[in-house]
Amino acid sequence: METILELRGVDAGYDRHLVLRGVHFTLREGDFVGVIGPNGGGKTTLLKVILGLLPPRAGEVIYRFPARSLFGYLPQNSRFDARFPISVEEVVLSGLLSEKGIYKRYTRADRARAREMLEAYGMASCRDRAIGELSGGQVQRVFLCRALVSSPRVLILDEPATYVDNRFEQAFYSLLGELNRRMSIVMVSHDLATVRALAKSVISVSEGQCKKE
Amino acid sequence: MHELLEYGFFRNALWSTLLIGTGCGLVGTYIVARRVVFISGGITHASFGGLGLAYFLGLSPLLGAALFALAAAFSILRLSAGGRFREDSLIGIFWSAGMAMGVLFIYLTPGYAPNLLSYLFGNILTVTASQVWLSLALGAAIVLFFVLFHRPLFYIAFDREYSRTHHVAIEWLETGVTVCMALCIVLCMKLAGIILVISYLTIPPTIAARFRGNFKQQLVLSAAVSCAGSVAGLFASALLDLPSGATIVFCFLLLLAACHAMRRRGKAPR
Repeated sequence: METILELRGVDAGYDRHLVLRGVHFTLREGDFVGVIGPNGGGKTTLLKVILGLLPPRAGEVIYRFPARSLFGYLPQNSRFDARFPISVEEVVLSGLLSEKGIYKRYTRADRARAREMLEAYGMASCRDRAIGELSGGQVQRVFLCRALVSSPRVLILDEPATYVDNRFEQAFYSLLGELNRRMSIVMVSHDLATVRALAKSVISVSEGQCKKE
Repeated sequence: MHELLEYGFFRNALWSTLLIGTGCGLVGTYIVARRVVFISGGITHASFGGLGLAYFLGLSPLLGAALFALAAAFSILRLSAGGRFREDSLIGIFWSAGMAMGVLFIYLTPGYAPNLLSYLFGNILTVTASQVWLSLALGAAIVLFFVLFHRPLFYIAFDREYSRTHHVAIEWLETGVTVCMALCIVLCMKLAGIILVISYLTIPPTIAARFRGNFKQQLVLSAAVSCAGSVAGLFASALLDLPSGATIVFCFLLLLAACHAMRRRGKAPR
């Protein structure tokens, strides 16, 4: 399987606090990596380094493909202004930002892709509603559509079942298996049993160290 | 009212009001959506330090204010982004430091001391023809910037961290908005004065946000409200012999109150 990205001896952190120390990690095509560990252990920091949101203090991150179109990302806590004037469809369209860049206009075909995605995840009826009018679980589904609309090579999920109701949680986990046929997945979760059941490999991030389970 | 338009200084004031009103309406919509209103307050007051220093050195006060506004804007954004300083503390520091520097340098300037009140509260009737051309250049640049980049700016304002995962030129766009904001603030000083500039950047976008509509519609509505309120305020100040800056702000507040009243009667949905 072809390597997608590599972390080599990465140190990373915030201000004077070093969260990750000497982390090595490789992601290949078809991988489904579950990331577990205690709160504050560095799971979300690892995701931020992978996504390029946090530059490493030491070591290097090597992308084998352009990082720009590599990722679909579902964040853990999507805090946003509930009064922000953005519709559900626009939120999904924002997932095409890397593909469109900052100059290109959005076409009918782009809108059709966003609508198909909403249809597939049972959110088509909410397409014109403001994102602030939706429940936590619905917002999470819309953000999943945003993460998938660009057909990314890697799907990064940070505690994806947060706010999702039990019915959709089960459907979501079965969906991940299907998505894994098309893309690699890195999923952070507290739910050890779910991670073990779904992921092909599990790594534990604790006290800045990354170990294979 | 027609007689007023025969005066060159009033025509300068009117053009300047329309151009800066448009720019502030657009930039303000982004500022309000991104919830960085008080950064603009800090920049405004910091620019007074540059104004005072320019007076002391015998340079153009607007140039001094513009350089200080840009320096303050980038310093606040960079230092707070690094996590070394709290953003609200930085705003307070730049706010007070700029005002203190401005007062000290104006006090130390030998000879005639300029009237501080005209910078603190504005006097639009002192706008010169060259400042109108400057406002035209800035207004056109801001309109072009928002026409070209309103969509990525919209996404950044909604979810900055997510937008960064796309590895597009987020920092470049944020730099562009910061420059627009700092220059708008400086040109707005003559209109509303340092103390009231923030109203130009917050009240029209707040009125626009009361109506349902997407970001693009809110940009247009905010610019329209900004122009309408400023022109009404300008005429009212000239006819009633009132300070222009305060009268314009009062007109904005009247529009906001009218908007609330419409909402209560069920005409505006939010």
